[in-house]
Formats: sequence, structure tokens, C-alpha cells
Amino acid sequence: MRLAEHLIIAPIVVPLVTGAFLLLLDERRHTLKALVNVISTLVLAVLCCVLLGLADADGSGTRVSAYLLGNWPAPFGIVLVLDRLSALMLLMTSMLAVAALVFALARWHKGGPHFHTLFQFLLMGLNGAFLTGDLFNLFVFFEVLLAASYGLLLHGSGSNRVRTGLHYIAINLAASFLFLIGVSLIYGVTGTLNMADLGTKISAVPAESRALLDAGIAILGIAFLVKAGMWPLCFWLPGAYAAAVAPVAAIFAVLSKVGVYAVLRLSPLLLGAGETAGPADTWLFVGGLATIAFGAIGVLGSQAMARLAGFSVLVSSGTLLAAASMANASVTAGALFYMVSSTLTIAALFLLVELVERAQDPAANVLAVTMEAYGDDQEEIEEEVGVAIPGTLAMLGICFGLSGILLAGLPPLSGFVGKFAMLSAAVGSGGENSISVFAWIFLALVIVSGLFAMIAMMRAGIRTFWAPVEGVVPKVLVMEFLPVAFLLLLCAIMTVQAGPLMRYADATAQSLHNPAVYIQDVLSAPPVPALEGQTR
Amino acid sequence: MTELTLAIGIGVLVGSGVWLLLRPRTYQVIIGLSLIAYGVNLFIFSMGRLRINVPPVLLSGGPVNPADYTDPIPQALVLTAIVIGFAATALFLVVLLVSRGLTGSDHVDGREP
Repeated sequence: MRLAEHLIIAPIVVPLVTGAFLLLLDERRHTLKALVNVISTLVLAVLCCVLLGLADADGSGTRVSAYLLGNWPAPFGIVLVLDRLSALMLLMTSMLAVAALVFALARWHKGGPHFHTLFQFLLMGLNGAFLTGDLFNLFVFFEVLLAASYGLLLHGSGSNRVRTGLHYIAINLAASFLFLIGVSLIYGVTGTLNMADLGTKISAVPAESRALLDAGIAILGIAFLVKAGMWPLCFWLPGAYAAAVAPVAAIFAVLSKVGVYAVLRLSPLLLGAGETAGPADTWLFVGGLATIAFGAIGVLGSQAMARLAGFSVLVSSGTLLAAASMANASVTAGALFYMVSSTLTIAALFLLVELVERAQDPAANVLAVTMEAYGDDQEEIEEEVGVAIPGTLAMLGICFGLSGILLAGLPPLSGFVGKFAMLSAAVGSGGENSISVFAWIFLALVIVSGLFAMIAMMRAGIRTFWAPVEGVVPKVLVMEFLPVAFLLLLCAIMTVQAGPLMRYADATAQSLHNPAVYIQDVLSAPPVPALEGQTR
Repeated sequence: MTELTLAIGIGVLVGSGVWLLLRPRTYQVIIGLSLIAYGVNLFIFSMGRLRINVPPVLLSGGPVNPADYTDPIPQALVLTAIVIGFAATALFLVVLLVSRGLTGSDHVDGREP
């Protein structure tokens, strides 16, 4: 095994060591803690770039690197697996982490104890969940990231955060128990927890155990769908995300994608050839569409902008789940592109909302919407030509407009590219001249949800930026503005570099839907030979 | 007989747990979560099949007959699950107390309906 392959475990070890080290430092040494955290997060970002290069080393071929923990051959020990999908998720997470951390350094990291430690442990859990190739190990990393997210959600305290935190913990604990039941049922039937090994054994399950296995897979699926926020398992999500402080909400944008990742990763392996695939995909599709509809209505009905962003998370999750259920490589490729773009956008929006709302009186918000609803006939018409918009607000307004365009999927930015790739593949999947009803419904819902997002963003934007400035202009530090600009810049880069990125997404989707290579590579990964004079 | 007893036990635990989980008081919710955790732990354990008087750990070197041993994996899994479930429930307890202190109510929504 070359040295480069040992890097696979680094995204787990680096945050673990940093997080543990930060615990030892005194809570008053903010600057030192922040410095250590920044260095570690930047190292992680570089590592993830290297890993992406490693996963994509041989162009269009599919290559999967497995890392045997404890040097046990694959089905017996726990393996970490790096392929294109996990590398993509890692890179996306690390980019979000950099942005959220820089934003937090401006003020929020002093809002409560152990922010930096929890932040690193959250990254460790996320990276581990994306890398592991073992079902039970996936549960453990889920719990690591959830435990850290409980702490981060409560960061900043206040009765609203505690109340939503209580709901969030209760629902996630219940989901974790479902996860355990599902995993143990699958183990009880197949006798293995290794994902690749499951892929081979699942077709050999005798007919009389099939029902138990299907029940296990279904229960496991429900646990993932709670995390992904599929309707009707999603009512906790907008409230919890809106209550979290802005940088935490921004990094939470990737948490719901962990559920989507698990569905994407496991459904070809567990459902691949069996007769379960049909009904499971239908359920997923219907659930995805219901989520889009629920999210879109929520976006339109939100009065607070943070809730608008929270409902956008649901729209994004629903779109991805519906796209995943089509089990078509080109649709999945578009969906992956859309996933990265929408996650970055939503994270930027969460950060932006906090900056914009800083100057606003929360009561004025409600009043504004009520006035719209009841018609504002008695509004005095004053011909104020050319209201001077202060510089800060102008910059924020530009970013807000850009994220609106990205969220709605309007050209020319990456939101459009992702949606277009996904929808054109979905429409084209039915054959030459027939488009399936499913594809039509999907198409209609995605476009309508984009329209709703546009309307909601325009309404919020007009109320915030074009209404006469009465209150104070928000005080925004450059350090707080930079992360927003960084995330939007990433989306712009994604637009310009759409060709190579779609090539990558295509290769990812191809290998996802052809799990034979994954299974083969993981199960045949050679253990490190024993050193001279040592016996195992 | 053992199987039946265990199955009924798990059923009662999880059933009571789910009922409590749906109640409006935070204390009921946490007891419900704990009961579900017990039920789930027993369930994981039972997935290694129930065998009496057989050890899960190999006794000595030399050739072994796997039929003389019970499956050790679910026992390892259940240990992990106990630790994680316990820790998460303890954290929930802290949040519950904070919520009680901040809102002055033990309703899950922080205010009486």
C-alpha cells in the first residue's frame, strides 16, 4: 500500500485529533482555539482535494480504493472506501466547513463553550459517514455527527434553541433506534455488515427470509429518510435549522445530504437486483415529490427568511430523492451536480439571512407580510426618486439576488445547469418518443418549486433592500461577507467549469449504478503483508 | 419458550416506549426513549440467535468448531449501541432540564397547550 492510500483515513483522524486537543485548551483562549481550528479545517480542505484527485485518477475508469482498518481482509474487518461519490461529498463538506468557520470567527464562536471542538467532531462524523464501507460503522459515525450537531444546535442558547433542540434530539434518537433495528435485521438475515459483501449476499437470500430482509431494508431506509427530511418525516427540520446560529445552520445544510448520500450509496447495493427495487423506488419517488411540494409551499409561506432557507433544504432533498428513485445514471449525474450547487447556495443563504436580518426588527417582518395580505391601499405614495442604497446593503443585495437565481435554477448560474441536466435526462429516459408520466410530474414539480422559490426570494428581497431604509444599516464585517462571497463564487466556478464537473458527476453515477466494480474492489483489497519476523 | 418470552418482552418494552414517546411531557418522552433503547438492545442481541450455555469467545488455540460458539458480533454491536444510546439519552436529559428551567414548563413545546 502506497503512502497516498493512507490519506484515506486522514479526514477522520485530523478532526478527531484536533477536536480532542482543543478540549485541553482553556476556554478563554479564543484566539488560539480559533487558530488551531482554522488550520485543521484548511488542512482538511487540502486533503479532500487530494483525495478527489486520487478517486478520479484514471479518467473515465472506475476505481475504488479500500482501506482495511486493523488489516483484516474485507468482509471481516471494517473498511473505509474512497470512491468518486465519497470524495465529492468530502470536498463539498470541507468547502462548507471553511466558509462556516470563517463566518463564525467574526462573533459566533464566542457564543458558548466548546464551539471549536464540536465543530471538529461534526466534521469527523460527516467525513466518517461518507468514507465508511460498513453498515454498523455508518451508524457510529452518524451518532458522532449527531452528537456534535446537538451541541452545535444549542450553541448560543436561548429558549427557542433549547425547545427546537429538544425536538431535534428526540426525533434523531428515535431515528437512530430505527437505524439499529434495520441494521440488526439485515445482519440477522445475511450475516454480514460490510456493504460490498451485502451486495453479493443479498441476491442469495432464501425466499423464506426475504420478507425479514425487506423489512430490515425498509426500516433502515426510514432512518435515512428522517435525516434527509422526506415528507412526512421532515416537520422538525425547518424549525431546527432556523433556530440554529447562522454558521451552524450553514454547515447543517450538508447534514440532510448525509441521508441522501446513504440512500444513493445503499440503494444500488441493497435493492440492486431484487424484486424489492420496484416498490421501494416508487415509494421514494412519491415521497420525494411530496417533499418538493411541501417544501415549495413552505418556501412561499415563510415569513422569516431563515425558515425560507430551511424549507429550501426540503425542496433540495425532495428533488434529490425523487431523482435517486429513477435509478438512471444520467439523472443521478445531474442530481449530483444539483446537490453540490444547491447545498452551497443554501449554506450561503443561511449566512446571508443572518447578516440581512441583523438590522431588522423581527416584528416589522410580520407586519409587512400582514400588510401585503390585507392590501395596502392607504399607503401614501411618495415619489422618491433614487433612494440611496448604502454600500453594505448593496453588496448584500447582490449576493441575495445571486442566491435567489441559484435557488430558483435560472440561467446562467449552476443551479440552472444542475436542474437542466437532471430534467433533460429524466425526460429522455423513457425512450425515443415516449416520456413517462413520472418524468412529467417530476419536471412540473421541479419547475414550479423553482418558480415558488423565485417569488419568495423576490418578495423577501424587495421588502429588505428596496423598501426605504428606516433602521440602521447592518454592521457587517468583511470577515462575515467573505464566506458568503466564497460560496457564491464556488457556484460561479461550477457554472464556468460545468463541463469537467459533469464529466466527473457522470463517472460517479456510472459507478454507483454498476456496483459490481465497487464490490469487487472492496472485497479483493489486499491486506498489508506482515513485516519480517512477525506473525499475525 | 425462551424465544417467545424474549419476543413478548421486546414487544412490551418498545410498545410502552412508543406510547410514552408520543406523550406531551418531556419526562414521559425520555422514559419512552429509554424503554425503546432497552427493547432495541435486546432485539440486536436476539439477532445473533438465542443459544444457551455457549460462549461467544474462542476458548483456546487449535481447531475450533464454530457450531460450539454463539455469534459474537451482535454482542459487540449491542455494547456499542448501549453506550451510544445511554450517552444520547443523558444529553437529552440535560436539554430537558434546561428547557424546564428556561420555560418553566415540562411540556415538549415549552408552553402549556
